[in-house]
Amino acid sequence: MEYVLVLAVLFGVVFVVTGPLRRPAGGSDAAGSALDGAAPTDVLELEAARDAKYRELLDVELDHQTGKLSDADFQAIDSSLRTEAIDILHELDQAMERGQ
Amino acid sequence: MGLFGRALLILGLVVCIYGIGASLYGVRRRRPEWVDSGRRAVYALAGLMVIAFVLLEVAFQRNDFSFNVVAQTSSTTIPTFYKLTAPWSSQQGSLLLWVLLSSLWSSLVLFLTRRRLREIAPYATAVLLGMAGFFDALAVFAANPFAQTSNPPSNGAGLDPLLQHPSMMFHPPMLYSGYTLMAIPFAFGIGALISGRLGSDWIRDTRRFALAAWLFLGVGIVLGARWSYTELGWGGYWGWDAVENAALMPWLCVTAFIHSIQIQEKRGMLRVWNVSLILLAGTLAIFGTFLVRSGVLDSIHAFGASTLGVPFVVLLGVMISSSIGLILLRRNSLRSEHRIDSLLSREAMFLFQNLVLVAMVFVIFWITMFPLISEAITGTKVSVGPPAFTPFVVPLALILVALAGIGPLISWRRATAANLRRNFTFPVAFAVVTLIAVLALTGAGSKPFAVAMFVLGAFVIASVLQELYRGTSARRAITKDAWPLAFVSLVRRNRRRYGGYTAHLGIAVLLIGVAGSSSFQHSRDVTLRPGQSARVDGYTFRYVKPTAVALPSKVEFGAVLAVYHGRTHVTTLRTSRALYPSTDASDGIIGRFFDNTNADSTVGLRAGLTKDIWTVVSPNLTPLGGLITQGNQYFQAALNSASAKLAKMTTAQQNAALAPFWQARDIAVAGIVRRYATHPFPVEFLLIVSPLVSWIWIGAIIVALGGLIALWPVPRLVRRRTPRLDRVTLAPEPRERELV
Repeated sequence: MEYVLVLAVLFGVVFVVTGPLRRPAGGSDAAGSALDGAAPTDVLELEAARDAKYRELLDVELDHQTGKLSDADFQAIDSSLRTEAIDILHELDQAMERGQ
Repeated sequence: MGLFGRALLILGLVVCIYGIGASLYGVRRRRPEWVDSGRRAVYALAGLMVIAFVLLEVAFQRNDFSFNVVAQTSSTTIPTFYKLTAPWSSQQGSLLLWVLLSSLWSSLVLFLTRRRLREIAPYATAVLLGMAGFFDALAVFAANPFAQTSNPPSNGAGLDPLLQHPSMMFHPPMLYSGYTLMAIPFAFGIGALISGRLGSDWIRDTRRFALAAWLFLGVGIVLGARWSYTELGWGGYWGWDAVENAALMPWLCVTAFIHSIQIQEKRGMLRVWNVSLILLAGTLAIFGTFLVRSGVLDSIHAFGASTLGVPFVVLLGVMISSSIGLILLRRNSLRSEHRIDSLLSREAMFLFQNLVLVAMVFVIFWITMFPLISEAITGTKVSVGPPAFTPFVVPLALILVALAGIGPLISWRRATAANLRRNFTFPVAFAVVTLIAVLALTGAGSKPFAVAMFVLGAFVIASVLQELYRGTSARRAITKDAWPLAFVSLVRRNRRRYGGYTAHLGIAVLLIGVAGSSSFQHSRDVTLRPGQSARVDGYTFRYVKPTAVALPSKVEFGAVLAVYHGRTHVTTLRTSRALYPSTDASDGIIGRFFDNTNADSTVGLRAGLTKDIWTVVSPNLTPLGGLITQGNQYFQAALNSASAKLAKMTTAQQNAALAPFWQARDIAVAGIVRRYATHPFPVEFLLIVSPLVSWIWIGAIIVALGGLIALWPVPRLVRRRTPRLDRVTLAPEPRERELV
């Protein structure tokens, strides 16, 4: 009985693990996850940078609202952050166009 | 089922080896199907380990003593609740639990990142499978949980009484979850270094796992402290034990990491620092496991001496050398993009806090390892106790608490004198009032470190409350919501920030509790007869009466104490010590029920917000020694005289013939136990009055709440893959428009 169980589990594991190898060439579990170019990774890195910049903008705004930044400092930092964010978005546009 | 269980472990090891090969082949040859196959190997490993663990649990529940591990750590008399937890009380079962948790967390992170981190994830998969495979290999070759015996005993040796405590149900799985979760950012850090993709995306995708590791490990540490306080019978919650320190060190490292990654995410700074921190945390997690399992240092928490030390040393060597090598290899790519604008900024405070935390890790590591270092150099193992830690750790902890209050009050990038004045006025004033109150009302001036901790703790509490008030006010100004609604909305929209502030608040409360209880504890060891009293810190403890109970699984000797403050009755405490029958034949037929080595204590505790009143009894069984010896001699003689007849009987006949004998023995044991209750023997007590201990547990709950708030997923507008739309939100006006 135990041997049957072992064989059943073995077949199950082999079936699951080799699933991707039995697919047609180029197929993947994750749509578009082919490791065939740097663009998608660039996009992900830029998206991470964009998320972080958004958070930074929010943090600075909250710092200003809670009195930790003067109006002048806030204006300077906020506009600098927005410029950086827009630069990231431009780069993201370009990276996505390259990836398409 | 032993064969099936072992086959699952071996299959798991094969799957690990295959998954490592498939992942590395796939990423090097750019073959996504092999990468996918490698990832599926992790899922398969998780499935195998779930089945294996269920098998082991079933063996415990069915009292299947043909499994060595069940025979060694369980018995028929153990409650079902503790049978569920018994698997991880042994070296073998805990290794299996480790692989199970590791494979589950690895599956989760690889599933979540299956469409991301494409160049990093395959390397991370290989590292995660390598670590899981290491523990699996130990379970297969060195500590097999499915090892069986052909001649199983009729009953098991039982679970260590000290482990029969509710905290032990959760403490080990929490610690193991923390350790195994720590492997995830470690593996992705290694993956980022190998692949050269050193941006912030791997941090973004593993930050939550680092935070979860911090939360689980922290909860595990506190549960261990609680267990120590209520179960071990020495009155303390932290003994600077090697294994306690081994859990604290990676926790401190991850605490530093979850702060400093914010600087990398926002400013592209501290890349070397962050990757070093997480590699150090991952290595320290394995180091802690090494201490627990190798028996290299003495600890009540360790599994004792074993042969697992050498494989762990090899693993640690590989982890340390590859971490250092990879960081050196990528040192140019890890350079910072920016510099800190001002020393008066939150970035600078985070950096300073990181340095203090790492200094603390270094100090704890050095003192913990000092016995081994001294032995290596001088040939003599020099033991160092808790006093060795205090002069270093306490000042660092004070700086840390101060920074926990300063950080929330300073903005990112820069701060001006006017802003600092505005933000620091209330917290500093509150701290000064606290100082005056403590000095005037408590007479605590003789303990400067404790007073400093109270004052700095008050400063942190005030700064966090001020931040919550101002944030809620700002939110109300925008939304016009009611206060509670605005508060919830504020926290919900800024979970990382306010989760962090909540954790700071909790740490302040916890450390105030530590300072108060360690500096102002009063304790006495006394010997009392029923009716006698002893005074501790103004409280009178009167020993009312002894108690004694004989049960099939244990005998219990206890005491009832009434506690008075002046003439006012404060509480009644009940404490006891339970002795579990030993398996040592030399103790004698009666004496094995009175062996004090296999025992646990139930403390008498009255916990309060300001003071805990605590006691534990250490029953003096010497007056019963004569009876026990007589009983041993009488029953042994009876057994010897019957041995010739018994030898001619079958097992069933022997059992039937001996039944009255065992009944008589149980009656004798009960009689001796009863004598303890009816004769007023003098008994030793440890009596403790300790202030603010409850603050430690309350603080820990607040910290955990903060961790949960920060961990909770944020619905993100920025997930959209249409950056042009995002530009709309970057328009500077109108000001009230919000990004998230």
